[in-house]
Amino acid sequence: MLSNKEKMLIAEIWERLIPVAEEIGADALLRMFACFPGSKTYFSHLDISRGSPHLLSHGKKIVLALAEGSKDISQLTVTLTPLQIMHAYQLRIDPTNFKLLSHCMLVALSCHMRDDFTAVAHAAMDKYLSAFAAVLAEKYR
Amino acid sequence: MVEWTDFERNTIQDIFSRIEYDVVGPAALARCLVVYPWTQRYFGGFGNLYNAAAIKGNPMVSKHGTTILNGLERAVKNMDDITNTYAELSVLHSEKLHVDPDNFKLLADCLTIVVAAQLGNEFTGEVQAAFQKFLAVVVSALGRQYR
Repeated sequence: MLSNKEKMLIAEIWERLIPVAEEIGADALLRMFACFPGSKTYFSHLDISRGSPHLLSHGKKIVLALAEGSKDISQLTVTLTPLQIMHAYQLRIDPTNFKLLSHCMLVALSCHMRDDFTAVAHAAMDKYLSAFAAVLAEKYR
Repeated sequence: MVEWTDFERNTIQDIFSRIEYDVVGPAALARCLVVYPWTQRYFGGFGNLYNAAAIKGNPMVSKHGTTILNGLERAVKNMDDITNTYAELSVLHSEKLHVDPDNFKLLADCLTIVVAAQLGNEFTGEVQAAFQKFLAVVVSALGRQYR
């Protein structure tokens, strides 16, 4: 459950990260590929090496979607409908992977924000990423 | 037996030689109690855990956080025999403290994030993978004696 204060904090953090969306997104993905090699199987059609245009553009997409969702968290189901459909019928990524990427996103945020990624921010962000992942998987079955 | 590459061994030794146990330990435990509030169930005797500020400033939390890091050092010094190193601690957590072993992973994740904040860009994906592998072995060893 996200309090109003937490929702504002989350929106504020993502707003500040939009200019570095590529960097953060690519970092989170690279961490996931290094720590959880099974996740790479979904990217066999792309070049996901460090610095590759595919990786950067994909990372950017993910962060921008997270930022967009954070602008009105109560409307996540509406905002994410197109992404829900894509993930359920086209991408069909096993939802366990959402947890893996969420964890790596938290680590990426921690590396980037250092002491600014307080325990309170971490808690709020973890809850947001869980909610986001749950909505994304809603149309799976 | 766990196989460690040279990179993994060096990475673990390096991280633990650089972090301050009495900073990282308390920060990781406090973070766990804030991010996963149900873990507070094991710390009923610790006094005020009412909000994030109280948890962060709680001297018992700090002391215990440091104790945990010192406990981790035993694995750092015995990377080839972590299971046996933690046999007694595993029994303690199971028989006396009655801690659900799922909690070990929660603390491990918080520790990863605290270390990430300490090391910044030096905490690369490869370093993270080595650190997480180490913690996974620790978590497994601590859960080993549960029955």
